[in-house]
Amino acid sequence: MKIYVPADSAALALGADDVAAAIMEQARARGLSVELVRNGTRGMIWLEPLVEVVMDGVRHGFGPATPDDAGAILDGTCAKALGPVDKLDWMQRQTRLTFARCGIIDPLSLSDYQAHGGLAGLKRAIAMGSADIVDEVTKSGLRGRGGAGFPTGIKWNTVLQAKAAQKYIVCNADEGDSGTFADRMIMEGDPFTLIEGMVIAGLGVDATRGYVYLRSEYPDAISVMTRAVEIARAAGVLGPDVLGSGRAFDLEIRKGAGAYVCGEETSLLNSLEGKRGVVRAKPPLPALEGFLGQPTVVNNVISLATVPVIFEKGAQFYADFGLGRSRGTVTLQIAGNVARGGLFETAFGMSLGDVVNDIAGGTASGRPVKAVQVGGPLGAYMPVSKFDTALGYEEFDAAGGLIGHAGLVVFDDSADMLRMARFAMEFCAVESCGKCTPCRIGAVRGVETIDRIAAGDGAAIPLLTDLCETMKDGSLCALGGFTPFPVMSALTHFPDDFARVKEAAE
Amino acid sequence: MTVSAPAPDLDDMRAIIAQHTHLEGPLLPILHAFQDAFGHVPESATPLIAEALNISRAELHGVISFYHDFRENPAGRHVLKICRAEACQAVGGDALAHATLRKLGIDWHGTTANGAVTVEPVYCLGLCACGPAAMMDDKVIGRVDGAKLDQLLTEVGA
Ligand SMILES: Cc1cc2nc3c(=O)[nH]c(=O)nc-3n(C[C@H](O)[C@H](O)[C@H](O)COP(=O)(O)O)c2cc1C
Ligand code: SF4
Ligand code: FES
Repeated sequence: MKIYVPADSAALALGADDVAAAIMEQARARGLSVELVRNGTRGMIWLEPLVEVVMDGVRHGFGPATPDDAGAILDGTCAKALGPVDKLDWMQRQTRLTFARCGIIDPLSLSDYQAHGGLAGLKRAIAMGSADIVDEVTKSGLRGRGGAGFPTGIKWNTVLQAKAAQKYIVCNADEGDSGTFADRMIMEGDPFTLIEGMVIAGLGVDATRGYVYLRSEYPDAISVMTRAVEIARAAGVLGPDVLGSGRAFDLEIRKGAGAYVCGEETSLLNSLEGKRGVVRAKPPLPALEGFLGQPTVVNNVISLATVPVIFEKGAQFYADFGLGRSRGTVTLQIAGNVARGGLFETAFGMSLGDVVNDIAGGTASGRPVKAVQVGGPLGAYMPVSKFDTALGYEEFDAAGGLIGHAGLVVFDDSADMLRMARFAMEFCAVESCGKCTPCRIGAVRGVETIDRIAAGDGAAIPLLTDLCETMKDGSLCALGGFTPFPVMSALTHFPDDFARVKEAAE
Repeated sequence: MTVSAPAPDLDDMRAIIAQHTHLEGPLLPILHAFQDAFGHVPESATPLIAEALNISRAELHGVISFYHDFRENPAGRHVLKICRAEACQAVGGDALAHATLRKLGIDWHGTTANGAVTVEPVYCLGLCACGPAAMMDDKVIGRVDGAKLDQLLTEVGA
């Protein structure tokens, strides 16, 4: 009997280890022999821990499971039976390209990985020249999934053209945005995909060394990735002679140290070099002068983890999905106060409202949705009136928002948007790298100004607006420059929350 | 707070440093290794690190103080991180965090009088679809409520 119990952090956080232990114990009591696989998550976090039992070759789901359900699951009498997992609406409605294997395979089994299409992309890339590899990525239309949406092929080409004795591939696995967990999920559920993507990047730009800068808040991802690198090295996927190609590429996992700003690529490079994570002025671009001053590709986890499927299925296949200049799929992370939260991968183009109301089923509390923050702590609060905005980089930009790393945080009508605006300023003050005054000092003033508004001083509202303008114009990076998005969107769309009555003076 | 750990041995510290000096950008790995070994970066380690990496002690201090993770003093025996970020706030994380701090009689970054637990804010644990989220040492916990937290805190003797 083959049974899957996820070891993804979210599943663990909801008790998956206890469920797995109970299943093994109940199996022993029944004299059943069980092969237990600790897979990643399918992304349906509201069903975690999601136990899957293989019956006649089909994976049947049971969830959310507790240890008490173990016996009934084994006996086939469990009331939490969901039927074949692949047939669930949430799975059926997705286009899983980047996450095709996540939740399905044993994350640390290279043979399982290969049986599900793994390494096919790398093998194809090995047969291509560097310029053709970069060309393929350009043709796919892939844009950076870390936030800025910069075309990946153009970035790679800059590094390819740069002449240097040593070039680097740096994977940005800092994933600091609230409401995002796609990077974590794929690193825990299908780590070889990221490794394969980085090797292809190395072959594409003639870089032989790579680093994954992985945030310290993700101990489980660090442990899976570290073991995956060892396995890949032992199998010759990494090392001096990648799959017998005669080309070298190896990589290391580096742990971050709890600074949000280190997700910004130049701050990340400073941190990797062992310096304070202060943002560097651009130019020079990291593509030309990056890690240790050498040409460096810095890409987000999802950008790199999407590269293998592009090579396996072809650039055109990937580019055929999407909307306008947003090609391929977006790996939505649905979070906060939602009935059904998790990872949902779909072609760009779906409307925000369809995702929130239809896919996610509205709020968990059952109360009306008030706002959705899209794109992390630097993203705008989108009111329900903007729910027809289509998920695409340009479409969100036009609506005064940003997609960022594609995290959606849903709030119900009990949310106080003044407090959320205050939090945005407070977060900026805590995490500022300190280089520019409008960010370092402005954010502290922002908190004070919002406190004045909260105390009923309506005259402070124009001050807040001015302050946001100053931060937008005078900040070197998006931490100071984009904090005005959540603040101003809260103020603009929810003015009632800022119209506080002055408390009577004692 | 009284945490009586033996004073770090110079040779042990040199060995930790030597394990990492071949790396490109060895400083963060070294600081993490010290934290793993001693729970903080001991004052007595700083001249050794500075010398090995050929940087000034002021520069080293600047790096240590920049990052939220690194401590110059030991924390409690356990560290509880409670997520303060938006997705957890959307499901009541804020109230939960404040109730916990109040119950323990400490503020953020504070340690209980018996040295059992230090409570730190964290901005997202990647558990945003099952918040409120927390992490006790390296163990993640989702859909945290008062009862779950009480149990966890009792387990670690807070
Ligand atoms: C304050 C700040 C935080 C950021 N955090 C991240 C992050 O956690 N992960 C990430 O991939 N990109 C982050 N970025 C964007 C990076 O600077 C960079 O654009 C990205 O790593 C490039 O990779 P991509 O082209 O594959 O998206 C952040 C940017 C800023 C300004
Ligand atoms: S905007 Fe803030 S975080 Fe960004 S460089 Fe300036 S001070 Fe640093
Ligand atoms: S916002 Fe709390 S875990 Fe992400």
